[in-house]
Amino acid sequence: MDKTISTVAEAVADIPDGAQVMIGGFGGSGAPIELIHALINRFRATGSPKNITVINNNAGNGYIGIAAMIKAGMVKKMICSFPRSSNAEAFNEKFLAGEIELELVPQGTLAERIRAAGAGIPAFYTPTSFGTELAEGKPTEEFDGKMYVRERWLKADFALIKGQQGDTVGNMTYRMAGRNFNPLMAMAAAKTIAQVSELGEPGSIDPQQVITPGIFVDAIVEVAQPQQEEVLVRTGVVY
Amino acid sequence: MSDFNIMEDKLSNAQIAWRAAQDIEDGSYVNLGIGFPEMIAKFQPEGRDVTYHTENGVLGFGKAPAEGEEDWDLINAGKKAITLNPGASFFHHADSFSMVRGGHLDLAVLGAYQVAQNGDLANWRVGSKGVPAVGGAMDLVHGAKRVAVVTDHVTKDGGPKLVKTCTFPLTGVGCVTRIYTSLAVIDIEGGKFILREKLPGLTMEALQAVTGATLHTDGDVLDLIVPEDL
Repeated sequence: MDKTISTVAEAVADIPDGAQVMIGGFGGSGAPIELIHALINRFRATGSPKNITVINNNAGNGYIGIAAMIKAGMVKKMICSFPRSSNAEAFNEKFLAGEIELELVPQGTLAERIRAAGAGIPAFYTPTSFGTELAEGKPTEEFDGKMYVRERWLKADFALIKGQQGDTVGNMTYRMAGRNFNPLMAMAAAKTIAQVSELGEPGSIDPQQVITPGIFVDAIVEVAQPQQEEVLVRTGVVY
Repeated sequence: MSDFNIMEDKLSNAQIAWRAAQDIEDGSYVNLGIGFPEMIAKFQPEGRDVTYHTENGVLGFGKAPAEGEEDWDLINAGKKAITLNPGASFFHHADSFSMVRGGHLDLAVLGAYQVAQNGDLANWRVGSKGVPAVGGAMDLVHGAKRVAVVTDHVTKDGGPKLVKTCTFPLTGVGCVTRIYTSLAVIDIEGGKFILREKLPGLTMEALQAVTGATLHTDGDVLDLIVPEDL
């Protein structure tokens, strides 16, 4: 079952207009920059995919990655916990101009909604956001004397994720704090597309070290020297 | 001392952080909020073994690396570069917030715009303008065994930040257990502010005058004494 795709362009070729796309990473760590830029290239060349809903913890930094997607005008809506980063002008401008929608989700609830989708659990209760404006309109219930808010699973059509080692059957490891949302998103999307720094044959990763088992990954592409979002932002790169 | 001037003689943020650090117990797991609360780690008393948690999936991180030695895959929730202490671990976001909401952390320390006498906290936005951003604040206020706040006692124009009822949007309901301010240390018990410590030069009347709800006492009020040269 070889899931290898040879280029990032091919890997993102079938993401359609209006797709809901999870993108891994927290700030710059674990952000699949090459997959995102391949998607932007396709949009610039063909006008598609447009009207994308992006799910990520943030809403992009600088003018690369998700910020460049927003700047290019491909993103209809962000579902995230912290769009107001130190260098988030691309999102801020569109948001304040009313040109992009925002669904704000507390960070732990965002992670758990994604995990629940991957685990086939349609809803769950959490104490997070009870009594706040982010719980308005949501069902609440008391359990053992404490109040909880019901939250729904969060699914996606596609997930773009980044790992360190991968093999051709889709097993993956992650580099340091670059793990963050990536393993959760791998489970929650109808199709998960992964970029990894090292792609090997089955058996190249010790099974005891596998973080994401290959069953959650549909396509895997090697990007040997991946760009790091934070480094790009700090050096002022504009994509 | 009748010449106590609240705006001039109050504690600095470093001094507030120092005081909060004295209560961090040996062997505890602690999350420090982004910004001001992060400063507390600097004043962790010697001989105490404390493991710091950060929401993006690291337990057991240490000091910031030297400039030029950052690895941007190794960051904290504030997106600053960090280093690892021996025994550190990485995990995904759902595990990270299981540590938070599952009651595994001993202490979370956060900043505040307002804290109400019943423990309600407002610390994520001050109005409906601009771009809202919540991050992990609403999660962190639930689950840690103790949720403490570090804050100036009053706003920049002298208004109270400790209030009867929060007027800013809430982060969590009834969640704060202790407040370290620039003037005092206050516990929240039974829907009341209980004064534990105050700056020695400050009278009860003067402290009450800059507090938006009644300060109660339960036993002695100790002097709040911190190093001057922080």
